[in-house]
Amino acid sequence: MATISLKSVRKSFARTEVIHGVDIDIEDREFIVIVGPSGCGKSTLLRMVAGLETVTSGDVHIDGKRVNDMEPMDRNIAMVFQNYALYPHMSVFDNMAYGLKIARTPKPEIEERVRATAKLLELEPFLARKPRQLSGGQRQRVAMGRAIVRRPAVFLFDEPLSNLDAKLRVQMRLEIKALQRQLGVTSLYVTHDQVEAMTLADRMIVMNAGEADQVGTPMEVYKDPRTAFVAGFIGSPPMNFLPATTFAPGGGNDGLLKGLTANPAAAGNNRPTIGIRPEHLRLCDGADGRLSGTLQYSEILGAESLIHLVLGDGVMLTVRQSGNAAVPEVGEKCHVTFDDADVCFFDSDGKRIAG
Amino acid sequence: MSGMVEKRAAGLWLTHAGLILGVAVIGFPIYLAFVASTVTQGDIIRPPMPVLPGGHFIENYREALVSGINAPVWRMLVNSMIMAMGIALGKIVISILSAFAIVYFRFPLRHVFFWLIFLTLMLPVEVRIVPTYEVAANFGLLNSYSGLILPLIASATATFLFRQFFLTVPDELAEAARVDGARPMRFFIDILLPMSRTNIAALFVILFIYGWNQYLWPLLITTDPEMNTIVMGIKQMFPSGDDFANWPVIMATAILATLPPVLVVIAMQRLFVKGLIESEK
Amino acid sequence: MDKRVTFGGWTLPYLLLLPQVAVTAVFFFWPAAQAIYQSAFIPDPFGLKALFVGFGNFSFLLTDPFYLASFKTTAVFSGLVTIVSMALALWLAIMADRIIKGSGAYRTLLIWPYAVAPAVAGVLWLFMFSPNVGLVSWYLGVLGYDWNHVLNPNEAMGLVVVASSWSRISYNFLFFLAGLQAIPKSVIEAAAIDGAHFWRRFWTIVFPLLSPVTFFLLVVNVVYAFFETFGVIHTITSGGPQQATTILVYKVYSDGFVGQDLGSSAAQSVILLLVVGALTVIQFRYIERRVHY
Repeated sequence: MATISLKSVRKSFARTEVIHGVDIDIEDREFIVIVGPSGCGKSTLLRMVAGLETVTSGDVHIDGKRVNDMEPMDRNIAMVFQNYALYPHMSVFDNMAYGLKIARTPKPEIEERVRATAKLLELEPFLARKPRQLSGGQRQRVAMGRAIVRRPAVFLFDEPLSNLDAKLRVQMRLEIKALQRQLGVTSLYVTHDQVEAMTLADRMIVMNAGEADQVGTPMEVYKDPRTAFVAGFIGSPPMNFLPATTFAPGGGNDGLLKGLTANPAAAGNNRPTIGIRPEHLRLCDGADGRLSGTLQYSEILGAESLIHLVLGDGVMLTVRQSGNAAVPEVGEKCHVTFDDADVCFFDSDGKRIAG
Repeated sequence: MSGMVEKRAAGLWLTHAGLILGVAVIGFPIYLAFVASTVTQGDIIRPPMPVLPGGHFIENYREALVSGINAPVWRMLVNSMIMAMGIALGKIVISILSAFAIVYFRFPLRHVFFWLIFLTLMLPVEVRIVPTYEVAANFGLLNSYSGLILPLIASATATFLFRQFFLTVPDELAEAARVDGARPMRFFIDILLPMSRTNIAALFVILFIYGWNQYLWPLLITTDPEMNTIVMGIKQMFPSGDDFANWPVIMATAILATLPPVLVVIAMQRLFVKGLIESEK
Repeated sequence: MDKRVTFGGWTLPYLLLLPQVAVTAVFFFWPAAQAIYQSAFIPDPFGLKALFVGFGNFSFLLTDPFYLASFKTTAVFSGLVTIVSMALALWLAIMADRIIKGSGAYRTLLIWPYAVAPAVAGVLWLFMFSPNVGLVSWYLGVLGYDWNHVLNPNEAMGLVVVASSWSRISYNFLFFLAGLQAIPKSVIEAAAIDGAHFWRRFWTIVFPLLSPVTFFLLVVNVVYAFFETFGVIHTITSGGPQQATTILVYKVYSDGFVGQDLGSSAAQSVILLLVVGALTVIQFRYIERRVHY
């Protein structure tokens, strides 16, 4: 129903710039997740789209119209807040109907739309209740209902699941995704939880310190991280980052090290870091080992095991293996191997270097 | 073991006895006033006065209400009611509006206004009586309800209470209302006012009593007995010379002056305690 | 503390502030400015013109034995009122806190004096102690004590202190009770298990934990005794005998309205303003401190 486009959007509070120019074009019906650690500016970005924060410079377009100077109500958006922001003195019905009442929608239409939305969200038995009489999950649904009932062009979600317990969060995640598909409304969703981001997003924006480090589908971002930050933030447990000196010359490492020194980006003072995901590492015999260290501790999680090694120079390394594989004892010497194809190089600024 | 329980029971009875003693001592002045309002003038001027109520309740109260001494007491009750309601409602209205402005808007000189209002905390009417009286006189407010009410209506306390409360209202509610299309006044009326109900009621109890119990200001501003409030009117009932005061009527008036605020406090006890403790934070 | 999101526009907030600002300007700041202005003048005996005396009114006041006596009277009066009303209230609150069943009823029976106007309280106590008709003064006579607060300055002071304390007990009681009930029961139980008896527990655990409430009440009771007891004094003693109960606020009134000495009354208002200012600063610092708890 609507496209969104951000063109070099910046935001400053007083003299501090917190968003340093973000560009993205969001297609109609797309589900975009903005993910990043707290303080990275993801909520601020969302609130600028909502019209709750002014845009310091750059342009925000919704459905082709520049909305920088429009009030939230004129932008044809609806928003779901982290703490739901339900009006505590109003019934569920009135909470959902409030925006329609202000828009002077005829009474019968309000009635019909609220009922239909309540049915969709299985909220019908609770329409007369006050928010405080509802469970966390029900309140969350009411907040969703309040957004859906207005039939906006865009849904904005500001960490809507972070006040729920883990089990409910998984369930609501699926519901939100299904609803968004069913209603086909362009959505912008903010979270700090990378699992939520991976499961919900058509495309995700990984934010780091006010910049969009990478925009792409979850698999693109996972497989081909453009910065060390993205590589470390997406994927759990995070990618291992190792200095080149960790890799002893000879054996299997020669090709890797040669490739690195030949790389023009790694010249001079630039000391590259080598990143390998824990799932791309394998324990092996001493003869085949490209890295070796002592097992410090292991986490046996059932389906998988995480093995934490301390390498010769004190660098920590995590290996992820199937739950069926044997786990060595603490203190045992372990050898690890991997394929060169699974390795990423990053320069000292954290930028990915082709390799 | 049983010894300890007995000791506890004895301690409990002692506590009850102490409290009952306290209640009795504190209640005695008002009890004696009630007794005096049910006996004749003769019973009182030949001491000791009786300590049990007499049979002249109806006639004393009728005399007070209908004719009084300078003005009928019903008239003074009406004046007090108008003043107390005017002060309580007036303070609530102007304070809640200014608190809304200070919390929910950013405008030039916001902090200046905030401090101007705060400074009024430091200026109780007792401190500035002469010049305030002159201002009221210049505006022609003597012997008028506006004169009784307006000078007492600005309240830093109420403004701060509402400000405190508004600051605890989650930001997201205002944002949700904005996204829902509510303009500021619509948000104020639809969301903020209903959410402030308890605070308004609690404050009302405190302010009603404050207004009802005003003494110095009505004493200055009303010279016409018809405009006297009941609390200040009692003192006017005493004769100026060596005559005996008409104690039964005066005490009936004292009881009548006390009844409305006491009933408000007791009937709305929970709100009263909340209002009292929160308005002092 | 500020809101993250606010509404735009300047006109509306100014309109919203207008009533309060207008009332404040007309009835607070203008009179206060007038008081400061008038304090620098002495009106001539015919009230036709005023003579500028600068700080003359102040220097006169600060050497005037009557004014200095009024300062002392105010100090004695507010000290006594604060101590008497707080001690009694604390005693009642401790007992009410010990009772589990029926403490609500006691609370109801103890809070109503708050609603009695100080002026009415004055009349009630005047009636009991009236030298010619008072019940209490009559029985004191029977016991051989000749009570006459109309002539005896100490008795007059005693009576206004008792009447003012009486109207204040409820207020202090409510705050002490709330303070006591806010002390976690587990702390007291821990002390009981440590073997501390009731009074020892009270002085070593409860009273220290109650100190913020106590300090707060100290300040507000002094403010009360300074400014809100006018009704009590006016109804019982009218400041007498021989100005024995003329506290500062009463003197502003009697010099300004009864004596028509506007310059002096204005100067006294200014001095009181400074006193209120100091008390407010103390109160404010207390509030600030409590925020950090």
